[in-house]
Amino acid sequence: MNFDFSDDQKQLRDQARKFLAEKCSPKAVRVVLDGKAPYDKELWKGLAEMGFLGVAIPEEFGGAGAGHLELCVIAEEMGRANAPVPFSSTVYLAAEALLIAGSDAQKKKWLPAVASGEAIGTLALFEGKGNPSPKNIKLAASGGTLTGVKKPVADGAIADFAVVAARTGSGGRDGDISLFLVDLKDGGVEVKNLTNLDPTRGQAELTFNNTKAEPLGAAGEGWSILSQVLDRAAVLCAFEQVGGSDRALEMGRDYALDRIAFGRPIGSFQAVKHMLADMYVSATLARSNSYYGAWALSTNASELPEAAAAARISATQAFQHCAKNNIQVHGGMGFTWEFDCHMYYRRANAMALGLGSLSYWEDQLIDRMRKKNAA
Amino acid sequence: MNFEDTPQEAAFRATARAWIAANAPKQYEEELRKSSLGRTQLKNANILEVAKAWQKRKADAGWACLHWPKEYGGRGSSPIERVIWQQEEGPFGKLSGMFIIGHGMCGPTMMAFAREEHKRTYLPPLASGEKVWCQLFSEPAGGSDVAGLRTRAEKDGDNWVINGQKIWTSGAHYSDYGILLTRTDPTVPKHKGLTMFFLDMKSPGVEVRPIKQASGASDFNEVYFTNVRIPDHQRLGEVNDGWNVSLTTLMNERMSIGAGVSTGFPELFDYCSSLMLDDGPAIEDRAVRSKLANWAVKASGLRYTSMRAISALSKGERPGPENSIGKLVAGSMIQDVATYALDLQGAAGVVSGPEDAELAGRFQAMLLRAPGTRVEGGTDEIMRNIIAERVLGLPGDIRVDKDVPFNKIPTKGRG
Repeated sequence: MNFDFSDDQKQLRDQARKFLAEKCSPKAVRVVLDGKAPYDKELWKGLAEMGFLGVAIPEEFGGAGAGHLELCVIAEEMGRANAPVPFSSTVYLAAEALLIAGSDAQKKKWLPAVASGEAIGTLALFEGKGNPSPKNIKLAASGGTLTGVKKPVADGAIADFAVVAARTGSGGRDGDISLFLVDLKDGGVEVKNLTNLDPTRGQAELTFNNTKAEPLGAAGEGWSILSQVLDRAAVLCAFEQVGGSDRALEMGRDYALDRIAFGRPIGSFQAVKHMLADMYVSATLARSNSYYGAWALSTNASELPEAAAAARISATQAFQHCAKNNIQVHGGMGFTWEFDCHMYYRRANAMALGLGSLSYWEDQLIDRMRKKNAA
Repeated sequence: MNFEDTPQEAAFRATARAWIAANAPKQYEEELRKSSLGRTQLKNANILEVAKAWQKRKADAGWACLHWPKEYGGRGSSPIERVIWQQEEGPFGKLSGMFIIGHGMCGPTMMAFAREEHKRTYLPPLASGEKVWCQLFSEPAGGSDVAGLRTRAEKDGDNWVINGQKIWTSGAHYSDYGILLTRTDPTVPKHKGLTMFFLDMKSPGVEVRPIKQASGASDFNEVYFTNVRIPDHQRLGEVNDGWNVSLTTLMNERMSIGAGVSTGFPELFDYCSSLMLDDGPAIEDRAVRSKLANWAVKASGLRYTSMRAISALSKGERPGPENSIGKLVAGSMIQDVATYALDLQGAAGVVSGPEDAELAGRFQAMLLRAPGTRVEGGTDEIMRNIIAERVLGLPGDIRVDKDVPFNKIPTKGRG
C-alpha cells in the first residue's frame, strides 16, 4: 500500500498550480463572472498547450495518455483556481463517455479535438427538476433523430458537441435509455442561455427538433454507460471540490491573520480558530475519501461505485462548508461583490447540483454499500 | 497511489492470518465482535486474564508490539505491517485495550529516556502483557492545562519524595508501573519546573481509588502519593525538563495512529440493515439513509486519512498534529450515532439490561461512554486549538500565566 500521489504526479500538480496562478487570477475569473466573456478562451488554449485537456486521453487519440490519477491532480488545481472554462463538461463528462462507449471513428473524430482545445463537449442529461434516473428522461429518439428539451446543460451554449441521453424504450427501466452524439454546430439544435448561480460556468437549454444524431454505444446500454460516466465524473469533480475547499480555507485563514479587531488578529479568537479548524477537518475528510476514489478510478476497481459516491458526498459537503464559513470569517467584507469569497460560494453550491444532488448521492451510497454487504 | 498489498505485504498478511487462526482465543470471538465502545467485557471470564494470556501468546511467537525493536520485545515491523496485523487480528484486538497506554506511550517514552539496563528489564514484560503500565499526568486542578500540575517531587539524597494527587488515570487499578510527571521547582514558570519519573505502582505510599464514571463502569482512577520514594535512576530526562519528555509521550500517542478509531458506524449500519420500522425496513427510509450516508463518509474519511498518515510514516515522514482529527471527529460522531440508534428503537431504546435490550445494550453503553471519549487525551476544544495553531498557523490562545512563576499563579476564579 502507498496511499499517496507519486513524486511525478506531485510535480505535475505544482506545474498546474503555477500555471493557473499566472493565467487564472481572480481578476481573470471576474471577466467571465461579470458576463464579459462566456468562458476564458485564452486559458482554454493554454490548458490545451500544457497538455492538461488530454491528460487522460490515450496518445492514439491525441492525448498525453498519462491517466486518471494525473487528471485528478489537474482537477484539484482547476477547482483551487475556480477556473472559468468548460473543463468538467468537456473532459469528465463528454470525453469520458467517448472513452467508455465511443466507436473508433467517434473517438478519432472528437478526442483529438478535445485534447487540442478545438472542441468543447458536454453531457445533456437533465430535463428540468429531478435527479439522474431513466424515469426522468423524456427526450425521444426515433429514426436517427432526437426530439425534446434538455436543461440545464452545463456549458451547453459554448459546446461543439453533446452526448445526449434519450428514450428508446417505452418504460422507465435502465434498458429504455440510449446515448447519442450530436454535433451542435450543425444547426439542428436551438440553444438558449440560462442565467445561473455560477456565471463562471454557463448553463443552457437545448431544444432538439428532429435533430440528426448518431448512437453512442449500443442501443439500450445508455443508462449503464451513464452510470459509469457519472461515477468517474463524481471522483473528478470531488477533486475540483477539494481544491476549492482548500482555497476557501486558505482565504479564511489568511484573512483571520490579517484582520485586527478588538486589538487582536481575529484568528486569535477561539470562536474563529475553531470554525477554521472545522473547515480543515471537513476538507481533510473529503481529500481522503477522494484519494480512495482516485485509486478506484485509476484501477477501475470494483469498489469504484461506492468510492465515487463517498468522494462525491464528502467533497460536496466540504466545499459548501468551507465556502460558506470563509464568508463568515470575512464578516461583512465577505458578503461584497468586490471580495472573491462569493465566487467560491457560488461554485460550491453549483457543483453540489451538477451531477445530481447530495440526497441523490446519499441514496446511491447506501444502495451500493448494501449491495457490497449482500455480496 | 495503491491501495492494495505489495507481494511482501500480502505474504506478511497470510502469515499473520494463519497464526491468528491457529492461536486466537476463538471461544470469545462472538462476544468480542458484538462488543463496542463502552462494552468490552466477557460474560464468563475475567477479561484482564484473557487479554494477558493472548498478549503473552503473541509475545512468545514474536507478534507483540510489532513496531518496537526486537531487543525490547517487539518485532521491528513497518507501520504498514502493524496495520495489516490489526486488520487481521480483528475483534481479538479489542483485548489489547488495557495495554494501549503502556504500549503506545509509556514504552516509547522509556525507549527515548530510560537507561539501557532499565529498557532491557522493563520493556519486554511490558510488551508481553505480563506487566501493565499507566500514565500519571492529569490532576484535579490541571484538566486540559496539563502543565498546571501540583504533585511535588523533592530530592532527598539519591531519592525523590513524591506527594500529591493524580486523576483520570486509566487502568491504574491493575497497573504494575507508571510514568509520572511531577513539579520539582514551583518558583519558575509552569512548563519549566517539571520532571518525569517511572515508578512501581506497588511502592509504599501509592493509593489507587477507582472512579465510578457516568457510565457506571470504573476505567479511571484517582491516585494519591504520600511520601512515595523514587530512586533518582528512575528519572526520565533531565531535572526540570519534564515538559519536553511529556511532549515525546504525547507525540507517540499521535504515532499510534492506524489503531482504527471507533466511530460506531459499522454497528449502526448493521443495525439499520435488519431493523424494521413502522413503515418498512429502516434501510429503505429516506431519512435513515441520509443520516447513514453522512456518517459513512466521515467513517471512511477517517479510515483513509489514517492510511495517508501510515503511507507518510512508511516514507519516513513524521505524522504531525493533523492526526488530531481522528479523535475529534470520532468522539462526537459516536455520541450522535448512539443517540440515533436509540431514537430508532422508540421507547424501548431506554432499556439497557443485556437480557432485555436489543443488541444487549450495546448502543446504551456506547452513549454513556462517549462523553469520556470527547474529553480524554485532550477535549474537542483542545483538538481544535491544536489544528488551528499547529496546522493552520493561527495565533495561540492568550496565556496570562505563561511567564509567571508557578507559585504566583492565582488558583481561584471568583472571589
